[in-house]
Amino acid sequence: MPSDQERILARAAREVVAGQIVNLGIGLPTRLFHYLPEDMEVLIHSENGVLGCQPLASGREADLEMIDSGGAYIGTRPGASVFDSALSFAMIRRSRVDITFMGAFEVDQAGNLANWKIPGKFSPGIGGAMELAQKVDTLVVLCSHNDKHGNPKILRHCRLPLTAPRCVSRIITEKAVMQVTAAGLEVIDIAEGLEVAALRAATEAELIIDESRLGRF
Amino acid sequence: MTLLNHKHSTIEAAIASIPHGAVIMVGGFGSPGTPFALLDELLAQGQTGLTLIKNDANEPDIGIGRLIRAGRVDRLLTSHIGLNRIAIEEMNQGRLAVEMYPQGLLAEKIRCAGAGHYGFLTDIGLDTEIAAGRREIECDGRTWAIEPAIRADIALVHADLADAYGNLVYRGTAINFNPLMAMAADRTIAQAFEIRYPGSLIPEAIHTPCAFVSQVVQVDPVTSEQGRRAHAI
Repeated sequence: MPSDQERILARAAREVVAGQIVNLGIGLPTRLFHYLPEDMEVLIHSENGVLGCQPLASGREADLEMIDSGGAYIGTRPGASVFDSALSFAMIRRSRVDITFMGAFEVDQAGNLANWKIPGKFSPGIGGAMELAQKVDTLVVLCSHNDKHGNPKILRHCRLPLTAPRCVSRIITEKAVMQVTAAGLEVIDIAEGLEVAALRAATEAELIIDESRLGRF
Repeated sequence: MTLLNHKHSTIEAAIASIPHGAVIMVGGFGSPGTPFALLDELLAQGQTGLTLIKNDANEPDIGIGRLIRAGRVDRLLTSHIGLNRIAIEEMNQGRLAVEMYPQGLLAEKIRCAGAGHYGFLTDIGLDTEIAAGRREIECDGRTWAIEPAIRADIALVHADLADAYGNLVYRGTAINFNPLMAMAADRTIAQAFEIRYPGSLIPEAIHTPCAFVSQVVQVDPVTSEQGRRAHAI
């Protein structure tokens, strides 16, 4: 039985297509690399200035001047490049990064995302999240379906300050895979063994569900 | 124009030229590219009332974290300070004024000053809370925010290699903000692991031409903070 996070990551790996430039946010998304097929040709972008990074091979000595944006020591794959911070964000704003995976505090049925600030509690700064959210064509949110108190994180309307409006393409939680569409939030896949009624009960957003087409993961 | 050995400076003399209240850009994203030796000398010399511009606040016990802890910084322009709980505490207590910018806008505002412009137009952050207080204009039927450039009195940067003219080569992800900041300050002080004779760097491989660099200081890759961290791994 996979853990919730393993279930999210295994499903998220299916969103990546060979040949893509992929940005992985800090935290859970960073671990996605380990779920991609080893021979898959993708270039991982890290906004501190690398295209083509990969986790440090075990037993390899760390190069102190090679980190990813989460601060982990990294290696690079053939075809990698390194560059300054202005160029790194030019790559993002020009939508040369194909897909980005990010965590969320809240995400809503219109595709609004809040993942950087909880007023009065948590405000370390937005880092690179705003530009990634606004400019990368495909943004996939990876997060737990509910917070640690059981409250829904998939909402009708975000209440926290937004990272960017209407930026999310798809949401993957341990309970469901949801696509943001013009009609609303459409459930594509539901977790093995989970009833539709239980999914609706755990979600504040209105969900569009066609049971005849529903996948399992 | 002063060339050659005029730019090769002792660390004490280079940092002694920084006055109290200076506006100082500091290279680095986390540790890579942070000019730890120059910052430690600044700590030792005692300048106060500083405004620092850096992507992050390092960690509490290294780099600009030490200056913040010592109460020497009044103001910090940055993107993310999540790894420095003391900086967050100082900000929340009102002892450190912090201006937060999205990381790419911070980089571009610095790049823009280095290119000699007043500012630029962007659509980043429209319809979010960072839009508050920004001036907006209409161009070609769309709304844009005006982002003024950010300059500084001094830039402190870390390079891998330099030559005696002040040409700089950075390495790996230690590039980050360094070449942008080197161009955006009135005076740039660079530390490098090695300072070579002019002519020994490949011209096409130079990231920052010497025209933007005022002084170069050699730091030991083994005994500097960069080196000590290497041994800690």
